[in-house]
Amino acid sequence: MKDPTKMPDERGYFGRYGGRFVPETLMPALSELEGAYLEAKSSDDFQQELAYYLQNYAGRPTPLYFAEKLTKALRGPKIYLKREDLLHTGAHKINNTVGQTLLARRMGKKRIIAETGAGQHGVATAAATARFGLECTIYMGQEDIRRQSLNVFRMRLLGAKVVPVSSGSQTLKDAINEAIRDWVTNVANTFYLLGSVVGMHPYPMMVRDFQSVIGREARRQIMEAEGRIPDYIVACVGGGSNAMGIFYPFYDDQTVLIGVEAAGQGLESGLSAAPLIIGTPGILHGTFTYLLQDDDGQVLTAHSVAPGLDYPGVGPEHSWYRDSGRARYVSVTDQEALEAFMLLSETEGIIPALESAHAIAYVKKMAPQLSDKDIVLINLSGRGDKDVNIVAEHLKVKL
Amino acid sequence: MSRISDAFQRLRSENRRAFIPYITAGDPDLRLTRELVFEMEMAGAKIIELGIPFSDPLADGPTIQEASQKALRAGTTLEKILSTVEEIRRASDVPIALMTYYNPIFRVGISNFLQQAVDAGVDGIIVPDLPPEEGEELRRTAERIGIDTIFLLAPTSTAERIRLVAEASTGFIYCVSVTGVTGAREKLSGQVRELVARVRRHTNKPLGVGFGISTPDQAAEVARWADGVIVGSAIIKVIRKYEGTPELVPRVGEFVKSLVAAMGNIQTEARG
Repeated sequence: MKDPTKMPDERGYFGRYGGRFVPETLMPALSELEGAYLEAKSSDDFQQELAYYLQNYAGRPTPLYFAEKLTKALRGPKIYLKREDLLHTGAHKINNTVGQTLLARRMGKKRIIAETGAGQHGVATAAATARFGLECTIYMGQEDIRRQSLNVFRMRLLGAKVVPVSSGSQTLKDAINEAIRDWVTNVANTFYLLGSVVGMHPYPMMVRDFQSVIGREARRQIMEAEGRIPDYIVACVGGGSNAMGIFYPFYDDQTVLIGVEAAGQGLESGLSAAPLIIGTPGILHGTFTYLLQDDDGQVLTAHSVAPGLDYPGVGPEHSWYRDSGRARYVSVTDQEALEAFMLLSETEGIIPALESAHAIAYVKKMAPQLSDKDIVLINLSGRGDKDVNIVAEHLKVKL
Repeated sequence: MSRISDAFQRLRSENRRAFIPYITAGDPDLRLTRELVFEMEMAGAKIIELGIPFSDPLADGPTIQEASQKALRAGTTLEKILSTVEEIRRASDVPIALMTYYNPIFRVGISNFLQQAVDAGVDGIIVPDLPPEEGEELRRTAERIGIDTIFLLAPTSTAERIRLVAEASTGFIYCVSVTGVTGAREKLSGQVRELVARVRRHTNKPLGVGFGISTPDQAAEVARWADGVIVGSAIIKVIRKYEGTPELVPRVGEFVKSLVAAMGNIQTEARG
């Protein structure tokens, strides 16, 4: 087994996945970013500053919570929830935005740009840039703006400029295209704060490193609670940052890692977001990874009830985990995720993000095959306040 | 020698520059693409750049994005584009370079893609999201099959990268005039002249300049110190304006003529 701490290689590859497929204009900027990041990573000052703000601003460590009532309801394994939903701005995204914002400040960049799908990364970026006094522009698909108007307002309250993207499918993938176009144009003074383990090197590595605080904490906490590592770790996968954040520190353990993609209205329906299951390798947003694409290499539109999973690609490190067999990738449908959303709300009094509800839905499916000696750890990556409108629509409730 | 190198050599010996128009294949349809190629050649274009429409054109501004979406919606596929190139080849020897993002090449297979392109009569390929570091296999395959690989340089390129790109490029080197995406601009960026001068220190290969050139004055200015002038979005704007009318093809022809004429009336600067 290759040492995961040595991945990616110096060209940004995880096995055959990853790389840097970008316009020439960005190549020097990516080298500069990589150098600055590696320098910061090994700097005690930077790490202390990051730890300080993660603790006092973001709200770390998050609890590892034994979900006793959910465990009883599913009559299977012992279920723990890693409560990333309790973080400032409501999801794991803040781990990465605090990290990258501190890096941008260290590099002397005054202007931050970011993309957002559901709005969670946009809100986390707007919060961090407000805190550190940097100018912030967020690109968001027109369709997502409609679906997540509350988050748009939150970003504006936090002082960010939200720019609607009306090209292509008007969702996350087009927002990333537009953010890259902005970066190509304003590369000299601008820092691109990418929100997941996707895109060109060094982003998949850097975002993974910032998010792996989730797995490091969870490992320590489960050892305290149970005296052993879990048998299974389950996390939802859109771009895959919360999943990689919790998987990575368990790479060398015997734990079974399970990533849950969105089957949308069914894997055969043409309305899904499960590239690791039904996709093929290709290049999107500067990286070589599994994609939803047609025979001509045109990238297809993804669909999921969870806006944060609505992405036709996935982080290259997940593609490598998939091929090497280190992680298993499965899917659940919109309907199953909505049922899990209700289940967690009713049993534990925790409203999960629809994204995270995918992980819960899969645990519900696997529970009957497991024993009460098994330990399952779910990454509860975000809270569901942002999703109540979507859920109400599905339940045909008028708010 | 390739049609592209040949064209530059001939022009150089006459102390002239190449006008290189870009259009997106299939915008508004492939029959018009073929007619536009013939019209632009007659108007004085020396090399034609044909864009393969892509779902996620991240190096392109709004004009070419829209052209790509229109072409895709009209059902344009790689296979149909290559048939159109074959038809053009039956009547014309104008050098043709395909501009495509990397995924459509990768999806079909590098060797397969390049072989089909050469068989159809394509002379070179330009891949805006493929730096030479990632393009080693493409470059080797292209060399074996006999198709030019035109890599890009930008104002942000370092001396080390200029050497790398100059080494990997055949046919010509594409110098991006701005830090930015494609699209017509009112003013020519001052960065590009300096870029061209820096590139000349490393190579004698022909240099084409593109991104942002939209008027006869700008084309004339670039022609004073570059070997080729590439215009895309400004031509597509003419296509948009006359789309659906019989004037479309002749209007594009007139516009190309005005650019070529401006480039012909210039005092070229000593090379080197």
